[in-house]
Amino acid sequence: MIKFCSVKYLYQKEQFNFDIEIDTGSIVAVLGASGAGKSTLLNLAAGFIDPLSGDIQIAGESILNVQPYHRPLAMLFQENNLFAHLNVADNIGLGLHPGLKLTLEQKAKVEEICQQVGVEKLQTRLPHQLSGGQRQRVALARCFVQNKPLLLLDEPFSALDPILREEMLAMVKKLAARHKVTVLMVTHHISDALNAASHYLFVDQGQVSSAGEISRLNCENPNPSLRRFVQAGL
Amino acid sequence: MTSKLQTLPGVIIAGFILLFVSGAFSALLLHSPDFNFSALWVDPYYRHVTVFSFYQSFLSTLLSVGLAIPVAHALSRRSFFGKELLLKLFAATLVLPVLVGVFGLLSIYGNSGLISQLLAFIDYKLPFSIYGLNGILLAHVFFNLPFAARLLLQPLQSLPVENHKLSVHLGISHWNKFKLVEWPCLRQQLPHVCGLVFMLCFTSFATVMALGGGPKSTTIELAIYQAIKFDFDLQSGALLALWQMILCGTLAVIIQRLSRPVALTSGATLSAPVPFCDSKPARYWDTLWISAVAVLVIPPLLMVFINGLNVQFLTVVTDTVFWSALKNSLLVALSAALIALIAGVLILITSRSWRLIGLQFRADKLELLGAIILVTPGLVISTGIFLLLRNVTDVFSLALLIVIAVNALMALPYVLKTLAQPMLHTAQQYDKLCTSLGMSGFSRFYLIEWRAIRLPIVHAFSISFVLSMGDLSAIALFGSQDSTTLPLYLFQLLGSYQMESAAVVSLFLLMLSVALFALIEKIMVKNHVVK
Repeated sequence: MIKFCSVKYLYQKEQFNFDIEIDTGSIVAVLGASGAGKSTLLNLAAGFIDPLSGDIQIAGESILNVQPYHRPLAMLFQENNLFAHLNVADNIGLGLHPGLKLTLEQKAKVEEICQQVGVEKLQTRLPHQLSGGQRQRVALARCFVQNKPLLLLDEPFSALDPILREEMLAMVKKLAARHKVTVLMVTHHISDALNAASHYLFVDQGQVSSAGEISRLNCENPNPSLRRFVQAGL
Repeated sequence: MTSKLQTLPGVIIAGFILLFVSGAFSALLLHSPDFNFSALWVDPYYRHVTVFSFYQSFLSTLLSVGLAIPVAHALSRRSFFGKELLLKLFAATLVLPVLVGVFGLLSIYGNSGLISQLLAFIDYKLPFSIYGLNGILLAHVFFNLPFAARLLLQPLQSLPVENHKLSVHLGISHWNKFKLVEWPCLRQQLPHVCGLVFMLCFTSFATVMALGGGPKSTTIELAIYQAIKFDFDLQSGALLALWQMILCGTLAVIIQRLSRPVALTSGATLSAPVPFCDSKPARYWDTLWISAVAVLVIPPLLMVFINGLNVQFLTVVTDTVFWSALKNSLLVALSAALIALIAGVLILITSRSWRLIGLQFRADKLELLGAIILVTPGLVISTGIFLLLRNVTDVFSLALLIVIAVNALMALPYVLKTLAQPMLHTAQQYDKLCTSLGMSGFSRFYLIEWRAIRLPIVHAFSISFVLSMGDLSAIALFGSQDSTTLPLYLFQLLGSYQMESAAVVSLFLLMLSVALFALIEKIMVKNHVVK
């Protein structure tokens, strides 16, 4: 699905070096300490930053020279996913047309996804009139109307309470299965990874030091820093 | 926690201000006994003056703010060599002594300015005259466009970086991004910015006086001055002053309604470059606006430096009039800034301790009283004081004292605006701790406020200093042979077309302002190192 081939990136003397391959349909939890390079990994894929060397491929094709908005992926940030002065329907509509000129068909699509994430009654509200959880639902809805095969989640639920977080992750899982979307999600919480993910990546000092199926994410993992990370998080 | 000892000084200061202003106000009332306000509409001259005041302010605002929007937009997404310096210049145009700016503009767009000299080479004449509405608009745009651009840059820079990333990610084009993302965020700020610029242009005095060029382009503010200084028509002066006060009061109320408070940060704010889809047309577009504003702002200031060093230099600096003007200016600026700062701090100590115990309304009123000068322009107050003291004593012997008082009053709103937030924050943070440690009075101010928020305090002082240094409106009425200040001296030189001497004086005024800001920069840097 998505492949990082010796991707090198330098930020203020910090070296990043990624070699990854992720299969279609998997939900991959990206774990690691703060500053290890998790967000850098996502920003490289999304095209907000460009690698020094190496190649990033999605479905076998290099995306390095593809404009960020033409890349086959949708992205969700930790906060400010919505434009503060646009209402819920408009914020979702931006995923269908960047100038908000929507056809009837597209409007129906907005309606439909609103129902799927449970915000159909909030369509005319502004983001500040929503709770934190509702805001992320709306943002998630936009990601899914974009209809891209890959979804990047940059800790979008870490500010929510544990119950809400679980709900949101369940929703991601459900929608990802329905829309056949591969998910790459950065998270701080081991429990999130264990709940929702099928695979994990452990990023340590600018590179992926351990990766595999989620069942291997435990205290017996051969990687010592991952072991410490898991122990502290459980 | 709120002891009388803490709040009393601020209340006393506010009482003084009220006394001073109402004294001036009642003098105005006494001198227009018949309240002949209908004359303002019946008399064609008065009507013309009123209409022209609104007309020129409207056009100035439209041009300044309208052009500031693309400038602010371009600045928000580009970073280039010298951006920081340009933003600093932007901050300077508003506090720059008005006449220095006017002199710079004259030396480029004036009848014998740079452009007309260049045109003379190819036997062309300057197709416009800078005197009249043209010049007033040009100067107002020169002073206010950078100010407006800076105010509009703040909301743009406060957009979260995720919004920019999302726009790139969703492929929102430039125009759509402006329409959907940036414009809504600018729109919230626009009424307030327009209101501020309108008010500044409406009460603009020195610009209109230097560039108006005749009764055709006279504003109310200038008409007051002319009535008193040249026609000795005290009644008309008083009537016009009251009229100006009513109009400004109404405008101030409207602005208050329109606005949400804008926190003006000192100096340049630079944020990390934002991601956006760049393209050639976009690059040309932004370059166009940034160069245009640079061409507007930089050359006039440069000309002040270039023209200042001329053959008249020695003549001017050996003239005793110059030295006495310089001495008076420094005296006025230093005293006015000190008084404004002390009065501002005392008022804020009172208002914040009221705020902490929930007396918001009372605190708001007190701070509003400190900013009363915004409703009653300096010239109006001066007129009132002039009329009040005229019968009691020789006003010209007290000239400097009155000028200091009026300038302090004019600087006070800036002090309050700069310090209100920091003062409140330190109190919120440390008030309980200070009380429990028994810290109070001056030692508390020195150990807590001075150490923690020295930056805004120094900034408030320097703004007051530079404003008072360049002010012409208070001294204009009282100035005489014995009490000239640099701006008045400069005005007299400009009025008698002694351009070379005027250039030298402009240079001095500019250098004094720049030197002061450079000094503050140094203190700021030192402060940062300590942190």
